[in-house]
Amino acid sequence: MNTHKKIISDLAPKKFGKRDTIWTISLIVIIIIGLIAYIDQLIKGQEVTNMRDYALWGIYISNFVFFVATSFVGSVTVAILRLTNNSWRTPLVRIAEIISVAAIIMAGITIMIDMARPDRLLNLFIHARLQSPITWDVVIIPSYIVISLLLLYFPLIPDLAILKEYFKKKKPTMSKWYGKLSLNWTGSKAQKAIQTKSIQILAIMIIPVGILLQTIDAWLFSTTYRIGWDSTNFAPYFISGAFVAGVGALVTLIYVVRKAKKLEHYITDFHFDKLGKLLVLACLIYLYFNINEYVIPLFTAKKGELTHLETLFTGSYSVIFWLVTIVGLILPIIALLFKKGRKPLPMFFIGLIVVIGSWWKRFVIVTPTLLHPFLPIQGVPESWHHYFPSLHEWLITIATLAMALLIITICVRYLPVVPIQRTIDELELNNLDKNTEL
Amino acid sequence: MEDKNKNSRRKFLDKGLKIGLATAIGSIGISKLTSKLNAKTNSSSNEKMELMTTDGTLIQVDSSEVMEMEHPKNPEYNVREGMPNRKMVMVVDLAKCKNALKCQSACNKHHYITGDNAWLKVYKMQEAEDTAPYWLPMMCQHCDHPACVTVCPVDATFKRKDGLVLIDNERCIGCRFCMAACPYSTRVFNWGEPGQEVTLNMDMTDHTPSPEHAGMPSVKGTVDKCDFCPHQIQNNELPHCVTACPNGVFYFGDKYEDTVTNGDETLRLGKLLEDKSGYRLMEGLGTAPSVYYLPPVDRLVDFEDGLEDFKEFESVEKPE
Repeated sequence: MNTHKKIISDLAPKKFGKRDTIWTISLIVIIIIGLIAYIDQLIKGQEVTNMRDYALWGIYISNFVFFVATSFVGSVTVAILRLTNNSWRTPLVRIAEIISVAAIIMAGITIMIDMARPDRLLNLFIHARLQSPITWDVVIIPSYIVISLLLLYFPLIPDLAILKEYFKKKKPTMSKWYGKLSLNWTGSKAQKAIQTKSIQILAIMIIPVGILLQTIDAWLFSTTYRIGWDSTNFAPYFISGAFVAGVGALVTLIYVVRKAKKLEHYITDFHFDKLGKLLVLACLIYLYFNINEYVIPLFTAKKGELTHLETLFTGSYSVIFWLVTIVGLILPIIALLFKKGRKPLPMFFIGLIVVIGSWWKRFVIVTPTLLHPFLPIQGVPESWHHYFPSLHEWLITIATLAMALLIITICVRYLPVVPIQRTIDELELNNLDKNTEL
Repeated sequence: MEDKNKNSRRKFLDKGLKIGLATAIGSIGISKLTSKLNAKTNSSSNEKMELMTTDGTLIQVDSSEVMEMEHPKNPEYNVREGMPNRKMVMVVDLAKCKNALKCQSACNKHHYITGDNAWLKVYKMQEAEDTAPYWLPMMCQHCDHPACVTVCPVDATFKRKDGLVLIDNERCIGCRFCMAACPYSTRVFNWGEPGQEVTLNMDMTDHTPSPEHAGMPSVKGTVDKCDFCPHQIQNNELPHCVTACPNGVFYFGDKYEDTVTNGDETLRLGKLLEDKSGYRLMEGLGTAPSVYYLPPVDRLVDFEDGLEDFKEFESVEKPE
C-alpha cells in the first residue's frame, strides 16, 4: 500500500518552481507579441507578409503542415502501440496524447491565420463545396480534435478520481475540479467496462482518422498541377513524415518532462531505447519515400521537374534542403542505430534536431514549388522572385509554436503526465506474476 | 453518369428558362394586341404596310398599327449562370503581337488595377535555345475545366454557361488555393487595401463589387483576374484589350456563332483555327481553355521591335 502512496505522490501534479514560472511567462510574452503582430496583419492586410502572387503560400502554411504532422503522434503511439499491446508505452502515452491535442488545435488556428478574410470564416460552412480539399480539411480537423481530446480524457478519468482524494485536504478547490472532471469515478466493474470499451473504440477510430488527416493535408498540394506537388507519392510521403515529426516531438518532450518532474524511475533508459527504435523506423520509412520523391523524377528528367530539383539540390534552396535531409534525417538514423545513440540525453538532441528538421522540411515542400510556375515569372517586382518570411510572419509563427508549448505546459502542470492508475495496475500485475512464479 | 445528370439538369433549366421567356413575351404580346384592338376602333388610316413575320409569312398591317420598337437588348440573366446561349472565346494571333502593351495599359485602366501584377501580361517567350522568340499575351484562359473552380472551398470563383470564369469578391475567403491551382499563373491577390481611391483618384464608394466587372472596386484580401469584360459584352462591345490593340492581335467572339472579330475584320472561328493551326496553351493538362493561340509564323513584325517596351519587373505603371 505504501508503494501506491509513493507512486501517487510521485506522479501527482506539482506546483511550478521558479524555472517553470519563468518558462510559462516567457511563452505568454511571446504569444502576446505574436497576437499584436496578427492584429496588425488584420488591419493592414497580408501585405505585411512577404508572400506575393507567386509565393502565394509561405510559413503559415508550412507551419500548419508541421502542426498537422506532429499531431499524428497521437495516432501512432496511442493507437498502434495500444492495439499491438506494447506495454512499454504506459508512461509515454499521456504525453503523446497531450502533444497530439496541442498540435491539432494549433493546426486549426494556424490555417485561419493564413486566411486573408477570417471575417468570412462562416462561408466555409454556408457555401461549402464538397469537391474542395479545403472542405475535407474543415471536416477532418475538428473530427481529429474531438477524437484526440476524448482519447486524452477517457484514460484520465481514474487518475482524476485518485487526484481528487489526494488533494482533498491540501487543495480543496483543485480537488473539487478533479472531482467534477472524474465524473464520479469509483472504479466499479461497470464503469471500467464502459471506459475500456470507449477507449478501445477511440483507439481504433483515431487510426483511420489520423491517416485521413495526413492524407488530406497531402492532397491540399497534390490536387494541383504544380511541379513538386503533383505527385501520387504525396500522401504516404506525408504520413511517414508525420510519423517522424510526431515521434521526434515525443522524444524531445519526454526528456524535458522527465527531467522537470523527476520521473527517472518511471521513464527509464529502457523506454528511451524503445522510443529510439520507433523513431529510427519512422525515419527509415520516411527516407524511402524521400527517395521516391526526389530521386526517381531524375530518371525521366522532365524539364519542369529538373528545374525544381536543381533549385533544391544546387540552387537557392540547397542549403536548407541538404541540412534537412542529412542533418535532420540521415544523421539521426545513423545515430539511432547504435545503442549509445538511444540513451536519454543523445535521444533528446536527436529528437530536437528531428523536430527542427521537420519544420524546415515543410518549408522546403511548400515554397520552392510555388516559385517555379509553368510560365516564367515576368512583369512583377524583382523581390517577388524569392520568398523569405517577414518579421510579422516570424512573430506570428513563433507565437503559434509558443501557444502549442503553453497548452502542453498547462496540461503537464495540472494532469498526471504518467498514468497513475495504470502504473499501479501494472505493478500489481507484475507482483502477482512474481508471486505465482515463486 | 454525373455528366448526364448535369446535362439533363442543364437542359431542364434551359428549357424552363426558354418556356418561361416565351410565356412572358407571349403574354406581353397578347396584352399589347388587345390594347391595339381597342385602339383600332378609334382610328384607322387606310394605308397598309407589308411585313414579314418571324416565321417568314407576309402579312398586311394597317400603318397606324406599326410602331418602332427598340433593338432587343441582351436579356436579363443570373450572374452565376451567364448569358444564355452564348459561349465566349478569344483568339490571340501571336504572329501580329509586337509587345506594344496597349492591351495591358487599357486593361489596367479599365479595371482600375493598383497592384504590382497586371491581369494581362505579355510574356517574352522562347521554347528552346535554337527556336525563335515570340511575344505571348496571357490573360485568364477561362477554362472549361477550370482547376481554380474545382478547388475553391466556397464557390467564390465559378464557371458560367457562357464560358466565363468569374470571382465573387464578396464571398472569397482569401485562401489562395485557386492561385496555387491555376497552371497559367493569371490570378492576382489584393494583399493589402487596393487603394484605388488614393492612387487612381477613384470614388468607389457607390460601387458594390460585381463579378461582371472585376476591379470595380477590388476588395482587400480577395483574388482578382481577367473577367473577359462581361460589362462590355452586355453593351455589344468588345473587351478593352481587343479594342486597344493597334495590331489586331486579339479576336473575340461567340463560339456558337462561329465568329470572332478584332474590331477590323470578322472571321469564322473554325476556319481561322484550321487555316492557321490554332492551339491552346498546355492542352495536355486537360483544362480546356477558351483562349486559342495562332502560332507566331509569317510574322509581320520583328520580335526585336517589342524589346524596347519590355519590362522584366513591371506590368502596372504607377502614376507619379
